[in-house]
Amino acid sequence: MTALELRDVSKVYGQGAAQVHALHEVSLTVEPGALVAIMGPSGSGKSTMLTIAGSLEDPTSGEVLVGGQTLSSMSRNERARLRRRSIGFVFQNFNLLPGLTAAENVALPLELDGLAARTARKAGLQALDDLGLADRAARFPDELSGGERQRVAIARAVVGERRLLLADEPSGALDSVNAEAVMRLVRTACRGDVAGVVVTHDAQLASWADRVIFLRDGRMADQTPPRPGPESLLTQGRGQ
Amino acid sequence: MSVPHALLALLSEGSKYGLQLREDFESRTGEVWPLNVGQVYTTLQRLERDGLVESVNGADDSPQKLFRITEAGEAELGGWLRTPPDMASPPRDELVIKVLVALHLPGVDVPEVLQVHRRYLVQLMQQWTRIKEDAPDDGLALLLAVDAELFRLDSVVRWLDAADSRIRRTPVTRAEAAPPLPRLRRPTGARR
Repeated sequence: MTALELRDVSKVYGQGAAQVHALHEVSLTVEPGALVAIMGPSGSGKSTMLTIAGSLEDPTSGEVLVGGQTLSSMSRNERARLRRRSIGFVFQNFNLLPGLTAAENVALPLELDGLAARTARKAGLQALDDLGLADRAARFPDELSGGERQRVAIARAVVGERRLLLADEPSGALDSVNAEAVMRLVRTACRGDVAGVVVTHDAQLASWADRVIFLRDGRMADQTPPRPGPESLLTQGRGQ
Repeated sequence: MSVPHALLALLSEGSKYGLQLREDFESRTGEVWPLNVGQVYTTLQRLERDGLVESVNGADDSPQKLFRITEAGEAELGGWLRTPPDMASPPRDELVIKVLVALHLPGVDVPEVLQVHRRYLVQLMQQWTRIKEDAPDDGLALLLAVDAELFRLDSVVRWLDAADSRIRRTPVTRAEAAPPLPRLRRPTGARR
């Protein structure tokens, strides 16, 4: 079963002369364990693609399947449940709730999904611990550095039984060391049953992915072949 | 990569044999720039000729020579570390030339040409990132060398992106000749 599938997805905003075609018949398949990057300039449709993949927005035409389930055949409540349980979002501006501690932010989606507060909190603390943030659990977002906030956001995105991680410029506001730390976590999270899609204009960020798709004017313009191993550079590239 | 100066730097830690210098060079540069033994000995001979290193017989009647840095070598090394490489003159960059040429060729889809290069560079970056991902925790030299390569490739991708967007906004007259690049003065003390 694929983690995410987009079949001929198009998105049109506005009507008549003001119509804007954000996406033109885009198709994409992401297997479990894979990390795919969508690269493109501003206005290429990459963020639209991500919001549609995460069921935050409906396509004008085409089908979206998450974990084999067709989104268009689901009720509003079923889709909300899918978002809470199976999909984790990471945004450039972290989107943490300022009134909640790091641990409460991470536990929130589990609590919203009906898990007992104590169990949710335990899972949240474990997720923070896994990302090296156990000592930041009781801090509020404004007491954390940018890099720490984004790591909390990643913990929130992967806590529980999430199968799809969707990230929009996850390290956009961070320096290169913190950006790398964030991408290492995203890369580590996308193993086994979990797949990820990262949207970015930054080639360094995209280079963590197994496959890079180039979006241009709402169309898939090109993509890299599956990620090669490091051997080729350390052997063939020697002496250059 | 200046091999002579890298060898001087290694010798400033103490006397070493040629083979040892090769091993140290590779481990210090994260094994990104390999060096063969022939290169090491040729370079050492030149350094010795210029009075920057001297050789003595090795211990226990070893047939190998032991090399050590001279005072002149130390001075040369100190000067080299602080002398910026020449970055003032634009290099004759093959990719830039290809794009400038493509701009004026009839029937060439320049954004498509840019994308071919962009894809190739991103693929290379994926390979370097994979090396970084697998690097041991104590692999500082390797991480620094890989970072340097990633930033270099990234700057080329950024240039391609900027060129792409500039070309799309500017209708190009095919017959129009590209104006010459302004001449930049080479700073005093900069080296090739």
